[in-house]
Amino acid sequence: MTEPLIYDLGAAGRRGVLLPDCDVPESPLAAELMRDNLDFPEVSELQVVRHFTRLSNLNFSIDKGFYPLGSCTMKYNPKLNEDMARLPGFAHLHPLNDAEGSQGALALMYNLQTWLAEISGFKAVSLTPAAGAQGELAGILMIRKYHVDRGDTKRTKILIPNSAHGTNPATVTMAGFTTVELPADENGDVDLTALREHCDDTVAGMMITVPNTLGLFESKIIDVINAVHDCGGLMYMDGANMNALLGAVKPGELGFDVMHYNLHKTFSTPHGGGGPGSGPVGVGEKLIPFLPGPIVKITEEAASEDDAPLYGWHMPEKSIGRMKAFQGNFGMHVRAYTYIRIHGDRGIKDITRHAVLNANYIRVKLRDTYTVPYDRINAHEFVLEGHFDGVDSVHALDISKRLIDYGIHPPTNYFPLLVHEALMIEPTETEDKATLDEFIDVMKKIAVEAKENPELLTSAPHNAPVSRLDEVRAAKQLVLCCRPIPEWAESVSSSKKDTAQ
Amino acid sequence: MSYTPHTDLERQQMLSAIGVTTIEDLFEAVPSSHRFPKLDLPKPLSEMEVTAELSALADANEHAADFAIFRGAGAYHHFIPSAISHLVLRGEFLTAYTPYQPEVSQGTLQAIYEYQSMMCALTGMDAANASHYDGATSLAEAVTVALEVGRHKRNKIILSPAINPQYRAVVRTYHQGNNTKIMGDSGRADIADLIEMLDENTAMVAVSYPNFFGQIDDLTKLAERVHQAGALLVMVVNPTALGLLKSPGELGADIVVGEGQPLGIPMSFGGPYLGFFAIRTEYVRKIAGRIIGETVDKEGRRAYVMTLRPREQDIRREKATSNICTNQGLMSLTACIYMSLMGKYGMKKVAELCYHKSHYAAKQISDLKGFVVDMSKPFFHEFVVKCPQSVATINDKLIEKGIIGGYDLGIDYPHLKDHMLVCVTETNTKEEIDALVEGLKEVTA
Repeated sequence: MTEPLIYDLGAAGRRGVLLPDCDVPESPLAAELMRDNLDFPEVSELQVVRHFTRLSNLNFSIDKGFYPLGSCTMKYNPKLNEDMARLPGFAHLHPLNDAEGSQGALALMYNLQTWLAEISGFKAVSLTPAAGAQGELAGILMIRKYHVDRGDTKRTKILIPNSAHGTNPATVTMAGFTTVELPADENGDVDLTALREHCDDTVAGMMITVPNTLGLFESKIIDVINAVHDCGGLMYMDGANMNALLGAVKPGELGFDVMHYNLHKTFSTPHGGGGPGSGPVGVGEKLIPFLPGPIVKITEEAASEDDAPLYGWHMPEKSIGRMKAFQGNFGMHVRAYTYIRIHGDRGIKDITRHAVLNANYIRVKLRDTYTVPYDRINAHEFVLEGHFDGVDSVHALDISKRLIDYGIHPPTNYFPLLVHEALMIEPTETEDKATLDEFIDVMKKIAVEAKENPELLTSAPHNAPVSRLDEVRAAKQLVLCCRPIPEWAESVSSSKKDTAQ
Repeated sequence: MSYTPHTDLERQQMLSAIGVTTIEDLFEAVPSSHRFPKLDLPKPLSEMEVTAELSALADANEHAADFAIFRGAGAYHHFIPSAISHLVLRGEFLTAYTPYQPEVSQGTLQAIYEYQSMMCALTGMDAANASHYDGATSLAEAVTVALEVGRHKRNKIILSPAINPQYRAVVRTYHQGNNTKIMGDSGRADIADLIEMLDENTAMVAVSYPNFFGQIDDLTKLAERVHQAGALLVMVVNPTALGLLKSPGELGADIVVGEGQPLGIPMSFGGPYLGFFAIRTEYVRKIAGRIIGETVDKEGRRAYVMTLRPREQDIRREKATSNICTNQGLMSLTACIYMSLMGKYGMKKVAELCYHKSHYAAKQISDLKGFVVDMSKPFFHEFVVKCPQSVATINDKLIEKGIIGGYDLGIDYPHLKDHMLVCVTETNTKEEIDALVEGLKEVTA
């Protein structure tokens, strides 16, 4: 089942929109500035609607089925959030609108900053980072600037456990630091002895995910934090797994100096097929002056209880700067605000409690069928090994692809790297027991299939829109654009070669 | 209110299966001194109450659905065809994950591939990625590519001062940890001055097309000189303008970046937006971000997949040049649908309407006593007006008349105190433009 490309649906002269006639006198256009042609589709509105509707049918999504995707917190994305983000007063608000005329939006951002700080035990929050990875970069740049500001320039290393997300070491490099990887001990915790050996005055800080990517709460987290603080380093918490912590523990109170939130994981903003995300950062006292800006501040206290205060923009005095143009992914802030407001104090706690309940329930139900390498009470996710003794042909990937045939999205596979054939499972709190039971049954059935008919798994999926793809061909015969190269391109590239000689 | 579906009975059944008595028993690994802290948050609200609260907050803003808006400076109020939100809101797009499992993500993947193809056509480049966070971060990523292409032997980056000031600020944020020398934008350098700065250490020169002041510079000589110096030419472009203007590829650009918000994405107080990134094929393996390529499945059917994956952070870890792990998926889908609906005709028509209306407005304003419009260069849909009073004062009075005035250039450019950057798009009717002109006349009378 393939859908033609939008370019192949058109006919010369066909139009998809009607635009008004020009209601002002026309001005001359200089011919030498104009392009000859724009190679764009020429399709009707109905063709567009059918094309994208048919494309949408080729996708799996939360609205269609269960997504036990570890590390990504694929929970239900409430429909109300979408309506709120599309209110005209938010959707059509210009980012450079005067602060006095943007008080509703600023109040919303101020409250979200305050609530995120309260939830995580931090002193201040900046909403500007556009995604988790950008929040990480902001965090590590703040750590860098903190040390530089104190004249402490010999700190060049960031410590990272080997179970970390790939973004962590990539962030460290971007910020101009060197990564030092730390081993895990036999319980899946950071190896404290190894950590202490690395702790010296060249350590700028440590990045750690809590609970870690095995879905385990580091049992010696306070010792880890103290070891790094004692050598003058700062502690960065990767907040990807915050869904395990709401109302259970506040990272700021544990002693973390900085953390990013993933609003698209913990706070239910939709993943949208890979974005947009939103990755606010929270900090303790030390890093407040370094926050990326602008952040929202109260510029004039309310005159009385019935009045609202006046909100305005603030650039922290030693800010690392702007992470993106304007003030963050505001549309995502509206969704997260709505989500927190609906849940309130009681509901927020319930999220984590049920996320952890669901994950542990699946683990105990599958522990006899699959190897669970760290089989103890886990947080919101856990990792099992996707292979079977005596069935060499079946790998984690094959189990994943077979799940597709049963209408379930594959778990995260081959991560974390320290587990052999890892399958990382995170059910989230929004799934009911019947869905979990069905998943458990399917996983058991697949285990039987693996032994009786491994071919069923290795050639899966069988009922998806396409079968497994030739990824080698995609990378070798790079086809990234369906349009022919325009005629003038040859002359531009040849003249470029001439000038280079 | 919450979205957890568990009944008391189910909770009990699950707890006993796990072998614990209460949910709280599952949290014993958390240090007891810090376990279950008090949460000082407001009480839960119903959907009706939340809607009322959010609607009141939204209504407290002065926005483009209620006011005539003449502010651009990096975000633009354009007509958004109705079909877009109906399609984008489909749960199959909205609630899908990153397309790591291509067998069940062909919808997202093909849409991004089509988006990439249209961005190539628009910019005149051979390849485009699936997008960055916004125009500013796309420029910051272009700097990374230029440094890679220059093998880190060239560390000088020349930025035109006529690039959006916030974009230049973001480039500095991204590159504060490495030894990149960013220059060119501290004063009032024009294109000729930028050429003077070129040397063998220059990795790239970036200019804006049209520039931040709406003007179209002659870039022919610049392109030639940049390439002679062995550096890359990066253009920050407005996609609406490219419906009409010569493509950057034709003008000699090596990398084209920009803000895709004008392509059907609401202004939404600054985000989420769409950073587009297009490049010549020879550099494509050096770029960051997701790229979708065509391939076939086992049965030989055409299909799409994320490709050149070994560049990315989850595989390359500390050797990756960027930590980006998402694109602006839903925003690139939005732009893809917008460009499909607009098509060849609509893209040009919108650009023409912007051009004619802004020129009409410029002409009318230049006839006003005390106002001077900069007509020294051709411009697209923004232009600079020197005002007889401070821009803030004028805008405060315009808002009373239901008009959101232009951007105060004095905020970023000290020498442009009392200069307003006025933007006119296809959404501004003649009546609105006339009201702006009348308003400017009255408030400065």
